[in-house]
Amino acid sequence: MRGVMEVVVARPRPAGRSARLRLGRYTVAVAALLLACMVGVMVGKAPVDPGTAVAILLSRLHLLQVVPWWPASLETILWEIRLPRVAMGALVGAALSVAGATYQGLFRNPLADPYLVGVAAGAGLGATLAMAAPLPASLYSLGIIQFAAFGSALLAMALVYSLARVGGSTPITTLVLAGVAVGALANAMTSFLMYAHGDKLAVIYSWMLGGFNVTTWRQAALVAPSVLIAVLVISLLGRVANVMQLDDDQARSLGVNVELVKLVLVVAATLATAASVSAAGLIGFVGLVVPHVVRILWGPDHRSLIPLSALVGAAFLVSADAGARLVPGPQDIPVGVVTAFCGAPFFLYLLRQQKRSVF
Amino acid sequence: MESLLSLERVSFRYGELPVLKDVSLEVGSGSFLGLVGPNGSGKTTLLRVAAGLLKPDAGRVQLFGQPMAKVGRAQMARRLALLPQNGNLPPAFTVWEVVLMGRTPFLGYFGRENASDLVAAERAMEQARCRHLADRRVGELSGGERQRVLVARALAQQPEVLLLDEPTSHMDVEHQVATIDLIAELVDQGLAVLAVFHDLNLAACYCHRVALLSQGRLVAIGQPAEVFTAENLSRVFKVEMCITTHPRDSVPAVLPPGSRWRGDGETRGRGEPPLPLGEHEYASGQLHRSEDASSGSEPDRRRSREGGEGKICSAAAPPHCRRAGVKAEGGIARHGSAGDGSGR
Repeated sequence: MRGVMEVVVARPRPAGRSARLRLGRYTVAVAALLLACMVGVMVGKAPVDPGTAVAILLSRLHLLQVVPWWPASLETILWEIRLPRVAMGALVGAALSVAGATYQGLFRNPLADPYLVGVAAGAGLGATLAMAAPLPASLYSLGIIQFAAFGSALLAMALVYSLARVGGSTPITTLVLAGVAVGALANAMTSFLMYAHGDKLAVIYSWMLGGFNVTTWRQAALVAPSVLIAVLVISLLGRVANVMQLDDDQARSLGVNVELVKLVLVVAATLATAASVSAAGLIGFVGLVVPHVVRILWGPDHRSLIPLSALVGAAFLVSADAGARLVPGPQDIPVGVVTAFCGAPFFLYLLRQQKRSVF
Repeated sequence: MESLLSLERVSFRYGELPVLKDVSLEVGSGSFLGLVGPNGSGKTTLLRVAAGLLKPDAGRVQLFGQPMAKVGRAQMARRLALLPQNGNLPPAFTVWEVVLMGRTPFLGYFGRENASDLVAAERAMEQARCRHLADRRVGELSGGERQRVLVARALAQQPEVLLLDEPTSHMDVEHQVATIDLIAELVDQGLAVLAVFHDLNLAACYCHRVALLSQGRLVAIGQPAEVFTAENLSRVFKVEMCITTHPRDSVPAVLPPGSRWRGDGETRGRGEPPLPLGEHEYASGQLHRSEDASSGSEPDRRRSREGGEGKICSAAAPPHCRRAGVKAEGGIARHGSAGDGSGR
């Protein structure tokens, strides 16, 4: 028999080695994020050298006592414009990557992205409604558009989920199809609203393109809780998310409450996505590709895939936003253009390097 | 015998379509019950009901002497394992990671594997003879290796009851025998096994008892020799079969009705009867079409053919009979008690 003939070579990895491996991964990912944030703070219409940037930030945090050698305006730019923008980029990048990784695993489909269960279309409809409706200006300054987008994204997900429920269970394929259908319906309504309110077309369109052009600390603070909670919950459920990669029957026969886990994962991922869409519009490619890059580099185990996707996604989007600011022109180019333009070739390179199945 | 899993008058329907009708059976510690029947006869559904994946519309399922509904999902998974037929395995995961998933019922949602979980998973891999595959990705395994990984994952659950859905499908003879030998060893150690089989000969050689399902009903249950009669099989499978005895052990061996070749290299012509003529009385020339099973099923006619078919049997059936071995080792008591469970 073959099993007996073969020499027993492979042993389960000793714990020490795998712990070191794990530490190494996180060090690399955290370093990448810090580097990206550094670049994100330095780059822009008023470039700052790294030393000055660090000094400004540290003195602002009262960690460093120096006589400022920089103009006060630079401090304001860094603290009030660049840093919130970097924070928002990191939050949105983490949210989209984690949501993408979760959906890809849960739906057992490598093409799944964060907008799969109708979240994007729902958020788009909500935001468009808020922009088209004759609301008092005070509401807009309170961020009614963001709240409308966030709420309607969650509503769309709830609608999709309840539509996909068949006799006590929620089959994955039905969920995906219901997501597509609800998304199409919401998109149709958005298109109609845009057509009916031609005067608001430019505003609506620029919201949809998304980006971090006018990000404040307040916006970042609004987005942060949803994203952090979602990342934490999904990370904690990493081992069960691995089991969910089997089919429902197998997961159930291993004692997992499949419907509950599915619901928790979808809600958490949707929460993160809805928060990021409401703040930064639709940014494609990040949620699709970052999880795959992490899988190629460090394997498919969700216990590391989720936190590493968050770190790498954050680093990637912060760098992409810095890249968008670097391109000369009257306006920053949409960050989604940069993510696709730089990310796609890198992803293809990794894919070609990899000789075996990634997913 | 203490019955670990019992189904009492279980019925199940998918929507309006009845799939199981009034099925009763039970499996005890150290007994191996095979489930056979044509495609669509409800074998897999029965297994899914037994695994708690489907709730029966009528009847009772009892696990470890308790109603199944009372046994919690995780609690059940610590004592009962299911080996699905075409279960999805994420291809990029390693064998070690997949086997370790068998510890899920002991870990809850947020727990981490401790040393005892690692030991259990390693032991399971050793038992299923797949430890050398530990670092391989499951997407790169052959069908036989994959099946051994699934067996290892089930064993990592340290179950008392093991449900198998065609454990030897897509395997060559070598791996079929190796896999089922392994399962039989575990039965010897006290595991209760309920397994769906397509291969009647494997079932006859390894199972203490077999249950024959047809259109959702239990047609017969008992020792293979009692169940695999020409009458039962022709009625259920709608085709006449040649039933003989294993040349080494006294278990039934089921063969196709005959050869299209005369044995001298000539193919039978169109319309000619499908069986060798002359030598066997059995070949009455109307077997495929005949609904009247009597012409082929009389015991004396069958018996008369056994000697002549011996060589073919030895080529097609497993080399030995597991059940005979169990008997020789003094497993009779267990075997006997398994047989009187709910045999009809």
